[in-house]
Amino acid sequence: METILQGLLLGGLYALFALGQSLIFGVMRLTNTAHGDFIILGSFITLTLTALGIAPWYAVLATLPINWLIGYMLQRYVLNGTLGKDPLPSLVVTFGLSIVVQNLLLEVFSADPRSIDTEGFNTMSWALTGDISVGVLPVLILILALSSTAGLQWLFNHTSMGRSFRAVSDDREIAELMGLNARRVYAQATALAFVLVGLAGALQGMRTTVAPADGPMLLLFAFEAVIIGGMGSFWGTLAGAMLLGVTQQIGFRLDPGWGIWAGHLMFLAILVLRPQGLFPKTRG
Amino acid sequence: MATPVLQTNGLKAFYGDAQALFGIDFELNAGELVAIIGANGAGKSTFLKCLTGLVKSEKESISWNGQHIGGMHPGEIVRLGLAMVPEGRRLFPSLSVEENLLMGMVPQRKGPWNIERLYRMFPILKEKKNLPGTSLSGGQQQMVAIGRALMSNPEVLLCDELSLGLAPIVIREIYNAMPEITAEGMTVVIVEQDVGMARNVSQRLYCFQEGLVSLKGESSELTREQISQAYFGV
Repeated sequence: METILQGLLLGGLYALFALGQSLIFGVMRLTNTAHGDFIILGSFITLTLTALGIAPWYAVLATLPINWLIGYMLQRYVLNGTLGKDPLPSLVVTFGLSIVVQNLLLEVFSADPRSIDTEGFNTMSWALTGDISVGVLPVLILILALSSTAGLQWLFNHTSMGRSFRAVSDDREIAELMGLNARRVYAQATALAFVLVGLAGALQGMRTTVAPADGPMLLLFAFEAVIIGGMGSFWGTLAGAMLLGVTQQIGFRLDPGWGIWAGHLMFLAILVLRPQGLFPKTRG
Repeated sequence: MATPVLQTNGLKAFYGDAQALFGIDFELNAGELVAIIGANGAGKSTFLKCLTGLVKSEKESISWNGQHIGGMHPGEIVRLGLAMVPEGRRLFPSLSVEENLLMGMVPQRKGPWNIERLYRMFPILKEKKNLPGTSLSGGQQQMVAIGRALMSNPEVLLCDELSLGLAPIVIREIYNAMPEITAEGMTVVIVEQDVGMARNVSQRLYCFQEGLVSLKGESSELTREQISQAYFGV
């Protein structure tokens, strides 16, 4: 029971890692291989703000608009130029960005792992029963993951911005014929994804330690959650993240060295048995 | 004489190195319904794509009320008042019927067309407004495509192959809506392969052949032989 519970809480964090990736892929069919590094960049932005004397939760809030701006500019002036029928240019460019971001963080912050000082919040817990207790921060992360998923789904289904996202994803040419500027819509989608990336990064930095080289591992978790859940589906991404978290926790329970491996094995099993993911295209 | 609402002068178009249009001269006056006919590959759809900015062309080769608009972004062109019903309908698969219609709305353009008016013209769309647009029959999808274009309250409506893949009875139903559209003073260009239908509904007619205008004139004055010769080049 405790293993499942801890797995779901871990899945909440993975869902936040993966939602931005799911959004970018769903709207642009773009695979951002620098996604994990941008999560770590979000952690370091929050870290820097706290180092400047801003209270941790205000620093998290301040990270979000900064990340929105980074995402918007990145898509508008770099990634839009890579979009097309051939996925290779965007893969190469985001791979290059991954190296740039990692090395920039190493240069500025060194390779030392660090964490965001939450003034004790990250060690607070609730005792559910005599044997089982849950951390307050992981519960908060899970609530944020559920809210973000529901919010994204609502935005996609019930707002004109969501309609625009779906329209450019379906048929860019006709969407432009309807007066949309697809490049601007893409930039808005990436900006929104980067808000989630910033939130995920800040919470990761609060929950545990972060180092500049952590990005690729987080990218892997995000990828696995998106693919397990089914490409382009937010609730599917959440379910994929939960399944990954629970499987890792079961693996950790069996052997502390097996946790991550158990997640990878489950991911490979899904790829073989159901390559389209568990809930493909449930969005909209 | 009044300036044509839309005019092309020596319009050329290319797909990479392949030239599709070789210098089209075309005029459209306010309130007209003009038909463009021609065989497959004659350049009709490419011509409409040039007008809407989907295929790039030289700036001076297209004029909108005297303003050069060649090569403009499609979004700017639709805001000027030019809307298109694309070949094959091309509804957004992940959007419902109503969402597809709303996508056509351009806030800067006011006019008589809104979602309620469209539902009065095509009542079946109101019944199916929450279904995915692409789940409808071909004729109903064409109604959505027409409605989506009308939602921008355009000055000029371009219709590309309205009858493509539809049963004759459905084609008649679609064309029966044309008088209501033109009654608002809207200028309409239809691209058609059905020569009889094109002649019946239009005031003037252009025939394209291999990227050039092979015939133009008043629809009622052109003879069947003239059209056959211009259409097939024999």
